[in-house]
Amino acid sequence: MFADYYNYWVAIILMMLGFYIVISDANLIKKIIGLTIFQTSVFILFISMSKVEGGTAPILADGITTYSNPLPHVLILTAIVVGVATTALGLAITARIHREYGTIDENIIHAQDEEEYEDDDEAAS
Amino acid sequence: MLSQHLAVLQVVVPLICAPLCALLPLAKPGNKLGNNLAWLLATLVSLTTFIIALLLTKEVSLHGVISYQLGGWAPPWGIEYRIDHLSVYVLLIVSAIASITMLAARKSVEQEIAHEKISLFYSAFLLCLTGLLGIVATGDAFNIFVFLEISSLSSYALIALGNNRKALTASYQYLIMGTIGATFILIGVGLLYMLTGTLNIVDLQARVPELLSSRTLHAAFAFFTVGISLKLALLPLHLWLPNAYAYAPSMITVFLSATATKVSLYVLFRFFFGLFSNEITFEEFQLDKILLPLSILAILIASSVAIFQDNIKRMLAYSSVAQIGYMTLGISLATKSGSIAGMLHLFNHALIKGGLFLAMACIVLRTGSVQLKNFAGLGKRMPWTMAAILLLGLSLIGVPSTAGFISKWYLLIAALEQNNWLAAAVIVGGSLLAIIYIWKIVEYAYLKSPIRQSDKYFNERIEAPLQMLIPLWLLVAANFYFGLKTSFSYGFAETAINNLFL
Repeated sequence: MFADYYNYWVAIILMMLGFYIVISDANLIKKIIGLTIFQTSVFILFISMSKVEGGTAPILADGITTYSNPLPHVLILTAIVVGVATTALGLAITARIHREYGTIDENIIHAQDEEEYEDDDEAAS
Repeated sequence: MLSQHLAVLQVVVPLICAPLCALLPLAKPGNKLGNNLAWLLATLVSLTTFIIALLLTKEVSLHGVISYQLGGWAPPWGIEYRIDHLSVYVLLIVSAIASITMLAARKSVEQEIAHEKISLFYSAFLLCLTGLLGIVATGDAFNIFVFLEISSLSSYALIALGNNRKALTASYQYLIMGTIGATFILIGVGLLYMLTGTLNIVDLQARVPELLSSRTLHAAFAFFTVGISLKLALLPLHLWLPNAYAYAPSMITVFLSATATKVSLYVLFRFFFGLFSNEITFEEFQLDKILLPLSILAILIASSVAIFQDNIKRMLAYSSVAQIGYMTLGISLATKSGSIAGMLHLFNHALIKGGLFLAMACIVLRTGSVQLKNFAGLGKRMPWTMAAILLLGLSLIGVPSTAGFISKWYLLIAALEQNNWLAAAVIVGGSLLAIIYIWKIVEYAYLKSPIRQSDKYFNERIEAPLQMLIPLWLLVAANFYFGLKTSFSYGFAETAINNLFL
């Protein structure tokens, strides 16, 4: 069971690790690291399914009849680009959050926001 | 000749013009002429997409489904753009709202966005539009994921441009939740590809019924449900929405509130009724069993929370979560008439919320704040804007002769057809809650006098510029037009759902 499907186990364990970091960690950069691990696990899921046992790289050549499926690789190349863009944007926003709030700890940011809400109310009244 | 390529032009025109927009003022970043040119280009492109959507509508209603093969590769091998009644309906609303937003945007953007970033703002807007139109036009499951990410990434960037520093945290939160949602959809697509070896939605629909016993298919369906619900902001997964809408630049709130969640709803329709079928979705996977309670909770909880908000943009954002509940409630009735009503509410709600947030943009432009206290006396100071809010508010509540009434009426009928009295009561109850929060705005605007009455400045008329009032009143007029004449909005939704359902 484990040996036959080990590629799925790897993907699932990585996926859960990444997801757990996103949910549990208060550090905004660590959250993005978790998100990247989460996305990468899905890439591995796609790539590993394209492997055909005994198959070779999908290049036409004499005497070779079995090829691995190239399509998932192409899909994942696109998904990797999307992932890189997401990470870059996330880090850029984190850098600006650090400039504005002076911290990248979610709890402290939250506390600062709460204070501001109270200030808003006072200013308005 | 050109007419054959309409399906792909719908997506390619804004895609190509987006970088052009960023390049326009390159000689001297932030100069006024360059910024105005960028605005002009973005407006023209939005109007072009609207015209293309109109032409596609005509084409689809005359000749039926349009299938466009990208690069001449026949589906299911190549990527297919597939335009049917459902796609055209959503394309029209997205491009129309984009045009209205851009027509009104210039002054508001000049005020809210740093000058050297204005051309980039329009460029990101066009990318967002590209993504949303692409999701709707494509007939390929993986392509939907890619366009979803194009629109999401550009909207994270746009939201982060808001003036308040909370826009940054809102954008960050949306980025995390949105990426998880999109990745879930990607997992679902991967599992389906594993099972069937195809990504074309029509092809998938033919292959899915044989695989019903497969647990992988069940997992794929579950991933789709959670992923789409995150993007859709269905109640327990809505946490990103209120702050994102409240702190985004005003014009981006107008655009996103009327299009982003609507397109996610389109993805729900496309995946659950186009890729799977309504029989599989409701009978095999029983989506209605989970969607119905969540929709009811969304309507009741989000409407109640909206009542207690003092920031009116946040109030309307919570109201949006409630209105999304109405749309999914229609779907969860598991009947054709329910889904038609949900579809119709998608259309009408885009007109209502687009208008209300546009009015908020006018108020931000003139007073700088959308705190409730700030509304005192605005009925006299900004009479046209406030009258528009009042009329759109009536439409949101669902007063007869408005668009909001039509969709709630059909929802109510659909609920009663199923003898679902609970759903019917919730539909009416949600409208009553809407009366309360709309009344709060009206009360402050018309019945309270300005905070500092003696101050001459606070009695001056500060009506919004015509460039914003005309698009706003276009939306108000549309609300009444589609409230009185439903042949297009209902008729098209009906055909779309009839074609989609087995």
